[in-house]
Amino acid sequence: MNKYPAWLNTLVLVVLLTGLLLALPNIYGTVPAVQIADTDGAAYTEERLEVFARTVENAEISPEAAYLKDGRVVFRFNSIEEQRLAEQRLRDRYAREASIALTQAPRLPVWIRNLGLDPMSLGLDLRGGVYVLLEVDMDTAIDSRMTSYQQDFDERLRDARIRHRVDLNDLNITVRLTSADDLEAARAIIREADADILIADGTDGKSLQVRMTDVQIKARQDFAIEQNITTLRNRVDELGVAEPLVQRQGTDRIVVQLPGVQDPTRLNEIITATATIEFRLVDQTGDQPGTREYRGRPGIQSQKLRRDVIASGDQIVNAEAGFSEGQPAVFINLDSAGGERMLATTRDNVGKPMSTVFIETKREAVTRNGVTEYRRVKTEEIINTATIRGVFKDRFQTTGLNPTEARDLALLLRAGALAAPVYKIDERTIGPNLGQDNIDRGFRAVQIGFLAVIVFMALYYRWFGMIANVALLSNVVFIVALLSLLQASLTLPGIAGIVLTVGMAVDANVLIFERIREELAAGSSPQVAINSGYEKALSSIADANITTLIAAIVLFAFGTGPIKGFAVTLSLGIVTSMFTAIVGTRTIVNLAFGGRKLESIPV
Amino acid sequence: MRLLKHKTNINFLGAFRRKVALSISLLAIVLSIGSLYVRGLDFGIDFTGGILLEVGYPQAADLESIRANLANAGFSDAQVQLFGTETDVLVRLPPTDGNAEEIRDELRTTLAGNGETVDLRRVEFVSPQVGAELAEQGGLAMIFTLLMIFAYVMFRFQWKFATGAVAALAHDVIVTVGFFSIFGLPFDLTVVAAVLAVIGYSLNDTVVAFDRIRENFLKLRGVTAEDSMNTSINEMLARTLITGVTTLIVLTALLVLGGESIAPFSIALIVGIVVGTYSSIYTASATALLLGVNAQDLLEPVKDPDLIDDLP
Repeated sequence: MNKYPAWLNTLVLVVLLTGLLLALPNIYGTVPAVQIADTDGAAYTEERLEVFARTVENAEISPEAAYLKDGRVVFRFNSIEEQRLAEQRLRDRYAREASIALTQAPRLPVWIRNLGLDPMSLGLDLRGGVYVLLEVDMDTAIDSRMTSYQQDFDERLRDARIRHRVDLNDLNITVRLTSADDLEAARAIIREADADILIADGTDGKSLQVRMTDVQIKARQDFAIEQNITTLRNRVDELGVAEPLVQRQGTDRIVVQLPGVQDPTRLNEIITATATIEFRLVDQTGDQPGTREYRGRPGIQSQKLRRDVIASGDQIVNAEAGFSEGQPAVFINLDSAGGERMLATTRDNVGKPMSTVFIETKREAVTRNGVTEYRRVKTEEIINTATIRGVFKDRFQTTGLNPTEARDLALLLRAGALAAPVYKIDERTIGPNLGQDNIDRGFRAVQIGFLAVIVFMALYYRWFGMIANVALLSNVVFIVALLSLLQASLTLPGIAGIVLTVGMAVDANVLIFERIREELAAGSSPQVAINSGYEKALSSIADANITTLIAAIVLFAFGTGPIKGFAVTLSLGIVTSMFTAIVGTRTIVNLAFGGRKLESIPV
Repeated sequence: MRLLKHKTNINFLGAFRRKVALSISLLAIVLSIGSLYVRGLDFGIDFTGGILLEVGYPQAADLESIRANLANAGFSDAQVQLFGTETDVLVRLPPTDGNAEEIRDELRTTLAGNGETVDLRRVEFVSPQVGAELAEQGGLAMIFTLLMIFAYVMFRFQWKFATGAVAALAHDVIVTVGFFSIFGLPFDLTVVAAVLAVIGYSLNDTVVAFDRIRENFLKLRGVTAEDSMNTSINEMLARTLITGVTTLIVLTALLVLGGESIAPFSIALIVGIVVGTYSSIYTASATALLLGVNAQDLLEPVKDPDLIDDLP
């Protein structure tokens, strides 16, 4: 009695060894590292790795290890100084083609790396970093689309020599014609401009009401979100973050997570920045249609600027910050369309002034009668006005910003503008020191709690208690193994989940051992007591664990961020504890006590 | 080693004890609800929205001068308190008008004040909109968990047991949350998670007791439901206490060593587990008994494998 077949013993052993292997990467710790990723997302090859390695070696830095991981190059270093120096060298040479990020890499030996095993990934509250939840301003996305329809219709009707006026009112464009005879021609022109748009007749017989269809509105919103995600990814790449996450959430939100960054606050500011620039001619006579007064920065004169934009941020293909005659400057490259326009404008306007306008959008909360409303505040400031001295095309520079602004503007122009403004609605920045503290405290709590339970169990159930302790230890190993395998983020509440599991996982063994004691007290022989103890406790254990699992799953479904981490470790812990506490302990009990005659058992 | 002498025979469900237990439970619930009504909860910015900064100073922080600096900078409604140690300061600010980024930057500059190098350990900014959503999600999660559990217990046992279990859980939730209200402890998202874990734990206890009650209902014929339940609770007493003890051991470690930010979570679990252990002994079984549960209720729907084993 109480003998497991050999295959079952082997199976338990294999599962345990697999668990140990998967958990193994976690014991090596991390070292400073630099990660290089291709900007276009292409995977690097061994040859490329050697090119980068030569650059690092030329700087007389010897990396502790250099290898490819998921198509990216990783250099590990023994000190932060070496890491910084190598990053600087690599950035100097490859900043244009590659995204270079400071990070921490696990100090895995080659054979573990070759198996593709990784340690647990740590959540933001343990590594430090930035979590931002952004809301995309959909109204503005739609508004800007409507404005471009308005301009388009206006131009087309003008080209067709139809006398008209196009007005935009919220989501409605009204096309008013001077003559009712032009109605059908105008309708055809608008239909040609956009085949799907809704066109209705106005009440007066010589106007048209144009609206976007629901499908178009939805498509426009999706476009705005997707475009914003692309831009945000570019910005994050520019900033050099090792494992960034930029992800859509729901209909109008974007989550950005930047783990393990050393200076989180600056990154945070760059993410939501909306700064861009425009170039406009100064209206010297002040009587051109659409001319408007723009305020100058302190020290810069205000000007009346013309309606037509010569070039704007979205036509800029590259921008670098630097200095020009001792002043911070941004060197700009326009795309071909922008370049042509700039060429035509400068050719026709030599000797006339042109202004650079710096535009930023922010959101402010205003409380009226206890209700908080948000309003957009767009600031447009002239940062410089210069006389066009000669003809130029797609390469030029602009000044008038402080060095930080110039650097950030160049980055933002390179990464592209956001299709619609975004606002932070939830932001959590955790400094690297707090992250390390959280890890230290969390692990100490696990250690001490674990030790105390082990001592208690050994005292209370003697040898059977020791067996339960082995199960408990392997349970923690399994949780770590599964977390490493799934690469689910471990958070501080996640560690709390492990702690709680350690406390609760013994429950199954307590149920079994108490049952064995009862059976013994009722006069069963030790072997029978062991057997029925395990058998009869089973349904209680299953019920108890399933109910806790229900709570954990609901928590996972409703929880966010760190809370999800708690739900994950708790659920994993429940599942693995069922295995270790029932099958695991039974295997040991059977091996130790099974199949022979016993006078008594140490329970 | 044994916590209890060989076999306990405490009359947990006797008329008098049941009355006392009911009174205690009712009193705790009334106090909790009363306090929730009068004092409310000290909601963290997870739920209210607002700005939170945790700042580490190189030496013991002077709260008075920090408060004065903040008031001078126009943040007179900032709450300033020490966080765990002498050098860590937590500043909380309710949602305010104006641009959130600028306010946060200004706060940071103000706190750094007097040219000290401070370690900005944590900055959280939550808009009231997200706060309201998180609160709603938390509430929904609790209700949903209770419903799922009711369904599971009904499926595994029977509605009288399910009602007893859910009554016990509601009792645990109310008293745990009430504890946070009475003692003015900060109530944040992690506490909601802890309360859900308490639901799981307490139910675990209750279900284990129910399991034994079912077994004894079928085994002990000719005994009243009350006696049979009493026997079951006594038989499970050692296990209930030991699991409670081991769980409390680890949670105490977490409370003492885990740091300030996880402390409310640990407290919620500790309170919840004490209350949950009590309630699975008294509230759950007493409620089932009150609803007139008896052996007949369990004979039909349950197919117990043990029963089949006993057949010739």
